[in-house]
Amino acid sequence: MGLPNASEDLSSEMEVDAFRRLFPLRYFERHLAESIRPDARPLSRARDTTISMGAVASADGSALAKIGSTTMLAAIKMEVMTPSLESPDEGCVSIDFHMPPICSPLVRPGRPAEAAPVVAKQLSDTISSSGMINLKELSLVGGKAAWMVYLDIYCLDADGALFDAALLSAVAAFSNLQIPTVSLDDGKIVMLPEEQKEENSEKEPVNKEKRKLTLGGIPFSLTCILHKNYILADPTSEEESIMETLVTVVLDSSNQLVSLYKPGGAVLAYTSAVQDCIALTRQRVKELHQILEEAISGMEID
Amino acid sequence: MEVDRADGRNPNQLRPLACSCSILHRAHGSASWSQGDTKVLAAVYGPKAGTKKNENPEKASIEVIWKPRTGQIGKPEKEYEIILKRTLQSICILTINPNTTTSVIIQVVHDDGALLPCAINAACAALVDAGIPMKHLAVAICCCSAESGYCILDPTKLEEQKMKGFAYLVFPNSILSVLPEGSSLVQGEPMEHGIITSVTHGAMSVDDYFHCLERGRAASAKLSDFLRRSLQSKLPGDLSKAE
Repeated sequence: MGLPNASEDLSSEMEVDAFRRLFPLRYFERHLAESIRPDARPLSRARDTTISMGAVASADGSALAKIGSTTMLAAIKMEVMTPSLESPDEGCVSIDFHMPPICSPLVRPGRPAEAAPVVAKQLSDTISSSGMINLKELSLVGGKAAWMVYLDIYCLDADGALFDAALLSAVAAFSNLQIPTVSLDDGKIVMLPEEQKEENSEKEPVNKEKRKLTLGGIPFSLTCILHKNYILADPTSEEESIMETLVTVVLDSSNQLVSLYKPGGAVLAYTSAVQDCIALTRQRVKELHQILEEAISGMEID
Repeated sequence: MEVDRADGRNPNQLRPLACSCSILHRAHGSASWSQGDTKVLAAVYGPKAGTKKNENPEKASIEVIWKPRTGQIGKPEKEYEIILKRTLQSICILTINPNTTTSVIIQVVHDDGALLPCAINAACAALVDAGIPMKHLAVAICCCSAESGYCILDPTKLEEQKMKGFAYLVFPNSILSVLPEGSSLVQGEPMEHGIITSVTHGAMSVDDYFHCLERGRAASAKLSDFLRRSLQSKLPGDLSKAE
């Protein structure tokens, strides 16, 4: 800090916005020295999070999750398929993550964002590692029919911590999922629309009782940035672009570590930093669990 | 705790390592790294002029292309490319050749478990062979955690699938063979204990993960040693390569 720097002379005469654009790292470090961030959050606090369920009426399960400005819309459609020969009594979950050009000025049509396939793969790894979905529950008739679950997540606004918001919206959509009723019609499975339930008594639904999935350990995540000795929780996209070392920790409700993802980055993570990140994530898991419970009970009242 | 592994290794034992450099004549640097049956070939071309559109022109940029052994390129390959790119960006000195692109091409020859660590090790050896300036090297290792809490290193593909969870860890290579007394410690630990990259799969308890970290650090010292020896064996006079 004692080095004579051209920016020191300019900074006293410059406007805050110009300083923020020209010397972004110094701007952030000035704030970090006071243990605060430009949006007045303390270093370990995440942004305001909201979940709203049933955002897409035509889907079998859907949710809209917002963490600060980052917005993700998740929707689930279910289809009947024949299960594969290796696992005849298991269904299948297919997760797709899209970043349409609406989400960020850096994404243009025809040029898919670099982050999209990575987040999609991370999501499917996390959901299968956490054991949240029991694939055997998705089986209808052993060996002949099983459910194929298509989960599509659309990023509507990309402002940092994309994986956290996407995972939250996926978990909320699965909590909101209503499995459509089906019945056996001449050996073929047929989807029954809701209204016909009373009229056609000969078409008995095969799965009248099991309309909701039982979810195992629900995973929640927190992304942190490591910069020198600071750990910033839940970064915005501006912070992510300046300080590039990210660590994403995913814990489930029984505090099992589902994933610790640190893809390179200039700052090395020592044991103390890893322990701090895990502690921050534990706190965040409690908050998110509560927010999810409130959203689910809000839906059930309606 | 005695553990029965299919190939008779004990839990801390790595598979036989083999590394050969300068095997491709047109590439500026190349290396092949094998751990047991997993074999990966890495080639480095660069630095070439110009950077891609979204990259920062004030720094050198690294581009990674991952070619699987069979099949089309899909999401898993793209994820490996991004992880490798960010790992290599953190070990290369990016300010030396600004506005250039270095391409690293990874070709999977055979996959028998611990594929990503093998690729990272191959890429580091290839970068050294090409003469790209780096702060330090990186050594990568795979640690598996089983139900009863014990941790095994360098699993084969069957072991990876059977285990509760596994973690790919990348540590910096130590510059010194033996750390002197009172060597510089950062936050109470030597620099070599910092994690550059960590990718986990499967759920494990937090204590299991820290256990894996410890085992991984111990093994990374052995790997660093092997890497140093195999790179030193290149004769200094044998620099005639077709440019």
